[in-house]
Amino acid sequence: MTAGSAAAALTAEARPSIGPHLLSIDDLGRDGIAEVLRVAEAFAEVERRAIPKVPTLRGRVVATLFFEESTRTRLSFETAAKRLSSDVLSFSVSNSSVKKGESLRDTVETIEAMGIDGLIVRHPSSGAPHQVARWAERAHVINAGDGWHEHPTQALLDCFTVRQVLAERAGTEPAGTDCFEGLRVLILGDIRHSRVARSEILAYHALGARVTLAAPGSLLPPSLEGWPVTVATDLDAALAGADVVSLLRLQAERGSGAFVPSLREYTANWGLTRRRVELLAEGAIVTHPGPMVRGVEISGDVADLPVTVATRQVTNGVAVRMAVLFLLLGTDGPAGAVGRDAGGVEVPIGAGHG
Amino acid sequence: MAERERSHSRPLGGVFVPHSQILSAADVQRALTRMAHEVAERNGGLDEVVLVGLQTGGVPLAQRMAAVLNEVEGESVPVGTLDVAFYRDDIGLRPVLPEATTDIPVDLTGRDVVLVDDVLFTGRTVRAALNALSDYGRARSVQLAVMVDRGHRELPIRPDYVGKNLPTRREEMVDVSDEGVSIGSLVDR
Repeated sequence: MTAGSAAAALTAEARPSIGPHLLSIDDLGRDGIAEVLRVAEAFAEVERRAIPKVPTLRGRVVATLFFEESTRTRLSFETAAKRLSSDVLSFSVSNSSVKKGESLRDTVETIEAMGIDGLIVRHPSSGAPHQVARWAERAHVINAGDGWHEHPTQALLDCFTVRQVLAERAGTEPAGTDCFEGLRVLILGDIRHSRVARSEILAYHALGARVTLAAPGSLLPPSLEGWPVTVATDLDAALAGADVVSLLRLQAERGSGAFVPSLREYTANWGLTRRRVELLAEGAIVTHPGPMVRGVEISGDVADLPVTVATRQVTNGVAVRMAVLFLLLGTDGPAGAVGRDAGGVEVPIGAGHG
Repeated sequence: MAERERSHSRPLGGVFVPHSQILSAADVQRALTRMAHEVAERNGGLDEVVLVGLQTGGVPLAQRMAAVLNEVEGESVPVGTLDVAFYRDDIGLRPVLPEATTDIPVDLTGRDVVLVDDVLFTGRTVRAALNALSDYGRARSVQLAVMVDRGHRELPIRPDYVGKNLPTRREEMVDVSDEGVSIGSLVDR
């Protein structure tokens, strides 16, 4: 065995390998999620500094490719990329050649031809980032939300926030994934149209938590076969037995409105009202991916209670996305660079990610 | 970063096999005591002194040096820890991941910072540490204390306090641990 191949073998077992793309929580698995959370903790420290910026990804170019409205996710990714010193290009459909009839494939190939290292894609069609990843030859693709399918970085930052809150209460440093073992997670709201729910279910399940869903029948997915979840029949009992409540927005832009008789009835039966908050177990955590619609899935006064950690989720989103960008882009070299393997032999690096 | 750590993490891999012991545990403690006295002498006391241990090998040494300073000067100095992974110049050349926490407990502006590490080799870790420190404020001075200076510098960096000057061959490994300092080599598993 040569020194080079020995090093390669050890590389694989030393740390969970992540990448080349992040399209689904399934790409990570339990060890991958744990690694993202571990590295995100290091970036959370960077964010607390007087100068919250590190030179780690200098010279890399990251493009956000958003075919759908977003403020927080795009800003969060762009802030994360800038704090890593990479250059950020912002592409939105409204002022691009897509308006002139350019296909997704041509758009991606054009952007790639400019030497982009990371593509952050949001698209209204499920699976679009997977398709982009198949076309991309050098760029790492990150799914920032595709249709009803997945939104992996949101689930990661939810897990990160939950672990942080639990560690704070226990008076320890957030570490490992033991705190998720047996944790009772209730996902409440428009699960049918929610990509956040799908990513959260995969992430919490991988970490050992028990996931329950609560929603009106019309807002549950058509089939739950094979999903590692149970469905709550009694919302009040489910709330009382939950350690974490993940509250989802009613997605009016995906036609959720047609699935409930009226918004008022939805709020009365499924909204997180003051009365329902009082049913929560001592120390329960309420997460919300945002944007919150006060008065629909959450009542205005509940949104500002300390049980709701939505603002903290937004803060943590930057650190978690820095970790994802760093783990995907920081581990291969600049194009044409030459490194030395353990035996001192020059090897080309960064030559694609095969 | 401790060479032992690096040798056990990717991409080097392999097992450290010691050939000869250079310093015993008692020798390391004596060297630390001398270096602590030098730090106090050179800075005219400890008023503005902050010790910063480089993750991971420098951290226990910084803590031990602080304990000695506390004993001889009767004053406690702040001790921080620094992980330089995000500042390394070999990101992309080899996988670089943060290994441990960074914790700088005080604003470094106007302070005399003593960086503490176990082994000084190419100087690249120290270069990265200097960049990282500048993000925490403008220190009045930055000094470098190392238990072993093994030569082979690739950058214009020199230590201010040295436990032991140890000429080595490039491919040799130096290990600093609680049991002392030994020199050896890396063997494939």
